[in-house]
Order: sequence, then C-alpha cells, then structure tokens
Amino acid sequence: MRKVDVKMITVAVASLARNTNYFLGKDVSDRISECRETETWDPAADVLSKIEENIRIAGEEGIPLCQDTGMACVFLEIGQEALLCGGSVDDAVNAGVKIGYKEGYLRKSIVADPLRRVNTGDNTPAQITYEIVPGDKVRVTFAPKGFGSENMGKLKMLAPSQGEKGVKDFVVEAVREAGGNPCPPVVAGVGIGGNFDKVALLAKKALLVPLDEKNPDPYYAEMEDELLERINGLGIGPQGFGGRTTALAVKILTAPTHIAGLPVAVNINCHVSRHASIVI
Amino acid sequence: MDIKLEAPFTKKKLKTLRAGDRVLISGDIYTARDAAHRRMTEMIGRGEELPFPIDEAIIYYAGPSPARPGRPIGSAGPTTSYRMDPYAPLLLEKGQSGMIGKGPRSDEVITAMKKTGSVYFAAIGGAGALMAKCVRKAELIAFEDLGTEAVRKLTVENMPVTVAVDSCGNDLYRTGTQRYLEEQK
Repeated sequence: MRKVDVKMITVAVASLARNTNYFLGKDVSDRISECRETETWDPAADVLSKIEENIRIAGEEGIPLCQDTGMACVFLEIGQEALLCGGSVDDAVNAGVKIGYKEGYLRKSIVADPLRRVNTGDNTPAQITYEIVPGDKVRVTFAPKGFGSENMGKLKMLAPSQGEKGVKDFVVEAVREAGGNPCPPVVAGVGIGGNFDKVALLAKKALLVPLDEKNPDPYYAEMEDELLERINGLGIGPQGFGGRTTALAVKILTAPTHIAGLPVAVNINCHVSRHASIVI
Repeated sequence: MDIKLEAPFTKKKLKTLRAGDRVLISGDIYTARDAAHRRMTEMIGRGEELPFPIDEAIIYYAGPSPARPGRPIGSAGPTTSYRMDPYAPLLLEKGQSGMIGKGPRSDEVITAMKKTGSVYFAAIGGAGALMAKCVRKAELIAFEDLGTEAVRKLTVENMPVTVAVDSCGNDLYRTGTQRYLEEQK
C-alpha cells in the first residue's frame, strides 16, 4: 500500500479551484476560435470574438472567466493500492474548496438548504464522486459548474422501442428548449444507459472529456457528429442571438442497462467549460 | 456601429433602440438578482421605499465574484433573466426603465415592457472578466447579508450589451434565429 496524506487532496483541490476559474482548457478555447473563424453570421461572430477577449482578460488580469464560479464538482479516482490517511477525505476536499474559493476571490454560491436558502459562505460542501480504480495513485478532477447551464439539464427514462431516434431527438430537443439560457455555445454531455442515477452521472462525466478527443466507439463518434450538426442547424447561435455556433461539442458516455429501459440524460455546460485534474 | 447610451436612462432615449442594436452603456446601474428581487417585491407590498430610486433605473441581473484588493469588482457577467420574470413587471410599473441580463423573457414581461416603454438588454453570459473591465466603481447599497446577491450601485463605462427586447416588444431571441435560418435557405 502507498500512503497518501489527505492534505495532498486539500492542496490539489484548492489549486484546481483557482486555476479552472481563471484559465480555460486549450481544447475549449481552440474550438471557440475555430467556430468564430467559420461563423458567417455577423452577430454570432461578434459574440464569439468577445468570448475570446474574455478568455484573454481573465488569464492576463486575474479576473474569473465567469462570475458564477460554480458548484465545486470533485471527482476522486482512488487507486485501490493507495491508503488515504491523516483524516476524513470529505473534510479534506471541503477544506480545499474553502481555501481555493477564499484565496482565489471566487464567488460563494452554495446555500445550505434547498428551500431555506442560507449561503454557507465558503462554497462548501463540494459534490464529491468517488471511484475505486486499479493502482496506487489518486486522481483529483475539479469541475466548477455554473447553474445557468446546470438548470437546463434533462433526464428521461425512454422505452427501448424508442431506440436511437428517441435518444437523438431527446438530446436535440433539450438543447432547443434551453435556447439562449445556458450561455451558448454549449457543450452537451450525454449519458445513455445505466439506471436513473447512473445516467445523470454519465452525462456530467461526458463534460470532462477533452473536446478534441474522438469517441473510441465509431458508432457513438458518428452519433456525436450527427447530433452536433443537428444542434448547430437549430439557429440558436452564440447567446441565442442567432447563428450557427449553438454547441461546441456533443460528448456521449454509455453504460449497460436493463432489458426494459433506455435511460438518457443531457447535462449542458456553457462555453466556459471548466475542468482540470491533478494526479497524486 | 455601437450606439452610446449614457445616464440618465430616460424612456425617451430607450424608445429609439431596436432589438439587435449593439449598445455601450455608461452611468450608474444597480445589481439585483433572485433574492434582492424577492425582497424588493415584499417591500413594495408593505408600502416601503426601495433602496434606490427605481424611476428610470437600469437593473443589472448579476451577482459578482469578490473584488481583489484595489479593484472595484470581481468577475461581473449577467445571470439568467427568466428567474426574475415573476418580479419584473411590478418593478417596471414602478418606473424601472431597463433590465440587463441574459436569455429569453416571458410573455408577461414583454407585455409589461411594451406597456411601460422599457428595454431589456442582453450582456454576454460567461464573459464576466470582460464586463468587469467596464466597471469603474461599485458601492454596496442594500441587503449586505445577501453577499453576492446584495444590491450594488455600479458606475459603468462603455458596457457592451445588445438590445434583446425593445420597447415595441421585438424579441431578438425569436427574430435572430429566424433571420439566420432564413438566410441559410
């Protein structure tokens, strides 16, 4: 067993909270630039160039890319040969969120109770997803998620007879209904299969896939391309002012499911598609 | 060519704007989002005075991130406007002349806008750093306990927005997509 002090997790989370909110992944910023170059509709190209300027200002001047610095979504892939010591892992993650959001001048957007709505003041607790994997390393992924886009997510338990067409129509309809609300151009994370809770997690995790990475399954790679084409034919455009660039990418993750079911979920991210990882 | 719009934001000035116009706003505007709207609505219900003069005011739907030392504000982009739809018509009736946010509005809000001659501007969602650069001064004026949701008076200079719904009710969220799709035929 390899001993890993949970303090290392605190340090990683704090550092990722700051970095993800100031610097966008190159895969995302490159895709935005490509879309701006090929966008023929003037209002759309204008919005995309202002989004590029925003990315530049954020990095150069230390201003968060978006004021909604998100709910702290933390994914921990823990090697089964790693022994986590020095305290509670949950506490270590939350300590990292607290430090990162304070020292990074990030917005605290979490209320302690969904109906009584009093702000916790430090952006905790984080949404933590644990996964046990082979090896002795711990991979910490941090994905701050804004709720303008999160509110536009959708989940449906389709019947198997609805098949591929049912899934595709559901995804396109979810993006159409979201319209200008989730700050398009969006990234659509799609989960297909599993069960009610698993499919939502798949959709969320699909947002962590690099935009320039092709789906290893040619069947789903083709479906991603087709869905992107259909979504970009809706005409919603950047910010919903009209144009081609409604989505930057569609990413699909799947899981085995039950003979009676076909769960599908769409988790929408805005163009500020933030995530990064550190391996301990 | 961008249109320059400077305070005071009279309805007479706003009347000339059309959906799709790009506008640079300069002057004092007020931030308020979900919780502040709820409180202001309750205050009106109790017959109390609002924390700022609502007549010809522009309200910016925004909850900025904390300012670094020496800076007026942190990241300061717009939040999604539909959540303010239940509260907006009452404030428009009380004299508010403009709203800045992002995303489509309800039919009820657009009807109230036509009736009162007010305008809805869209700022670029997710461009909080760009918007922050236009803020010269920020002053907390009410509901401090709400943190980021408190009401702040912002003095802005050349803040880039687009007229999303004009005082005649023309809605860019409908016409923009239609015009683009027609052009593609």
